[in-house]
Formats: sequence, structure tokens, C-alpha cells
Amino acid sequence: MAESNVKVLGTWASPFVMRVKIALHLKSVRYEDVEEDLLAPKSELLLKSNPVYKKIPVFFHAHNPICESLIILQYIDEVWTTSASTILPSDPYERSQSRFWAAYVDDKFFPALRRLVIGATEEDKKAALAEVVEGTVVLEGAFGELSKGKAFFGGDNIGFVDIALGSLLGWIEVIGKQCETKLVSEAKTPRLVQWADCFSAHEAVKDVLPDVDKLADFGLKLRAKILKALAPTN
Amino acid sequence: MSDEIILLDFWSSPFAMRVRIALAEKGIEYEAREEDLSNKSSLLLKMNPVHKQIPVLIHKGRPVCESLIIVQYIDEVWSHKSPLLPSHPYHRANARFWADFVDKKIYPIGKLVWGATGEVQEAAKKELIESMKVLEGELGDNPYFGGESFGFTDVALIPFYTWFYSLETCGDFSIIANCPNLVAWAKRCMQRESVSKSLPDQYKVYCFLMELKKKFEAK
Repeated sequence: MAESNVKVLGTWASPFVMRVKIALHLKSVRYEDVEEDLLAPKSELLLKSNPVYKKIPVFFHAHNPICESLIILQYIDEVWTTSASTILPSDPYERSQSRFWAAYVDDKFFPALRRLVIGATEEDKKAALAEVVEGTVVLEGAFGELSKGKAFFGGDNIGFVDIALGSLLGWIEVIGKQCETKLVSEAKTPRLVQWADCFSAHEAVKDVLPDVDKLADFGLKLRAKILKALAPTN
Repeated sequence: MSDEIILLDFWSSPFAMRVRIALAEKGIEYEAREEDLSNKSSLLLKMNPVHKQIPVLIHKGRPVCESLIIVQYIDEVWSHKSPLLPSHPYHRANARFWADFVDKKIYPIGKLVWGATGEVQEAAKKELIESMKVLEGELGDNPYFGGESFGFTDVALIPFYTWFYSLETCGDFSIIANCPNLVAWAKRCMQRESVSKSLPDQYKVYCFLMELKKKFEAK
């Protein structure tokens, strides 16, 4: 039975929603999964619980809504402290490093990925692809620094950065297939390739990552919706 | 000295101001090194190779980058004095949310109000006023965003008070007419020494931003 008053408003396809679910699985917290249809108009619940951005995920705990995936992750980490799994490290310097790299994923890497999908011209897409590949190389370096020879950015177990980046793996694969390139390649980022396999197989992750073909199909529909919204109106 | 604290700084950066305020709130002594952003120091490039931007806090020889991350680091290391984040996880999440809102809305939209012209500027002005009203709504009747005490969201937002003259002059509107409570909040924050000593004069900032605007328009 779900722990009373723990709810995730989201969708199976969203990497940001996946982050929240992975965190809850890590902490062994059971929750109610409320699906928002991204292809339909936004629900009353979404508009009411996230009036500022009107976006998923929204996390509910004891009727309080919390928005923004990385903020939700920190909340989960701070509330469910008896669990053996911690999401952020305890040392303040290591915490700052984890926050830095998660912010890099959201502020630099993800926007480049997005530009690769919705880029208007071939030139835009080429530039975005170069940025994405450069980003993976930077993240490969970060992995070396943070993992200290262990399997994950978080060390022996998955942590904040693993969840932030790992949640994008499904989309990275779908977008890569579309561009006919392996975005996380053995040649440039061998450690990330290995990390991706370990992450995807993790107990807290494997049931949350979506089927890649299902995601690709959904991706086409979502892309059409986004491009339609961005198109200039006559 | 192993405990030495260095801040790679720039006088008009609202992000650097956040760090100065946090350090002052905690009573921490540090060395501020003013960067020439047109000729970045080798130390800056070494300490922040990813973004090559200030502020960077160097503590015990190790860099911490990104202003809100630095402020949280300072709050966690010097936790015994003037806590900036509240203790309850829900209130902490809320403080982080609104600080992030400043980064997502106030900063980029504000830049367009003082930096752009024509239709782009007009649209930005409308959105900025709307965003400021949203912040006023969040502030409510409280003296600070942190409630009774000055906190994380206040630190995140108050540096943008240095932009008010620039926003009003370029955008041709009055912030106090639209958001009187926000202006009252800003003046309240300015009564704190940690804030007043960390923020430069608004007119000086205006002159600097107009120089910057000219440079971009020339390109």
C-alpha cells in the first residue's frame, strides 16, 4: 500500500518524473502514481498544484505540492533519512560538486539535447549535435572525478548526479537513433557507456526506465506537438 | 593558509553579490579578487573550466561554482550562525523553488528589459512585471521571503535591486507603482549591513549595463 499522502503527478515518458520515482524506489517509499497525458490539455490538478510553471513532475507529500525535479530529490533525501540510501553525499564540498553537475545536466546538456530534436535547420541540428557530444565528453571527465573508481557518480551506489543524468538515457538512445549516431559512444566516453549499463540495471531504476521503442513512438507525437506550438501563426 | 577563502568576484554581478551577502551574514573573512571579464585570470579558468564564470568561491584550495550552490555550501559549512535555509524540508524546498524562479525568470527577462528594444523589450517588460507580482504574492505579509528572518530566497533576489533603476529607465515604467511591497521588502533588506555593503550603487550599475548594451549592439 502506498505510504499515505505520497503522490507523483507525472508521465511515464518524462525523465524528470523518472528522477522522482527512482529516488522514491531508492528510499523504499511507496507512492501513488498519477499519470498526466502530455498530449492532452493540462489537468486541473497540474494547473492548481504548479501554477507557476504548469509542468510535471509535481510531488505531493502530506498534501503539500513540491515542484522542480532536483528540488524534489533533495526534499525526498531530507525527509526519508532512515533509509540506508542517501541521494546527496554528507560532506558539504561533495554536495556542492553533486549539485554543480546535476545543474550542468539541466542547464547545458539537456537544452542541447532538446535543440537537437527541435532544431529548425540542418545547421542548427549540426551545432546542437556537436554541443551534445562535447557535453558527454565533459560528463565523462566529471564521472572520473566524482566516482573515484567506483561504478557510479555517487560512488558505490547511485546518487544525485546518477539520477539527474541517468533519467535521460532513454531519450538519449531515441534521439541518437534518430540522428543515426551513438550520442554516448564507446570511442569518446567509454566510462559513461559502462556507467549507463550499471545504472539501467540498478534495482531502483530498471522498472522506471521506459521501453525505447515505446518512447520513440511517443517522441514523434510530442515533437509534432512542440513544433506546432512553436510555429509562427499567420 | 589552508583555511583561506578567496572569492573570484565582479563588482556588478548580481550572482557574485549573493555570495558576498552570504559571507557577510556569516561573518566570514575572505579575500575578494576582482576579475577582468574581458581578460579572465588563469586562476578563474583553472577553477571554473566548465563555465569560466564568476563567482567562484575557493575554500581550502577547492573551487565551488554557481552562486546558489555556493550560498548553500556556505550555509552548510558555517551552519552555526545565521542560517539561510530553514530547517524544515518543505520550507527548504520552497526557498529553493523561489531562488530558482529568480534565475529562471527575473534574470533572463530583466536582461531583455534593459538590454533589448522594440517589441522584444515590450514583451519582456510585461513578463517582468508579472513575475515580480508573483514574487510579491509569495512574500505576502512577511517581512522577508524567509518569513520572519532574512534567508535564501532573499539572498537570491536582493542583488537584482541594483537593476531597478536600469529596468525603470530602459523599460519606462515604475516598479514601486506596480509592486510596492516588493520595493518595501528591498528597502528592508538594504537596512542589513550584509546587503548594503555588498550591493553597488544603482546608477553606477546602470552606466555599466548601458556600456554593455552598446557593445552588443555594435556587434
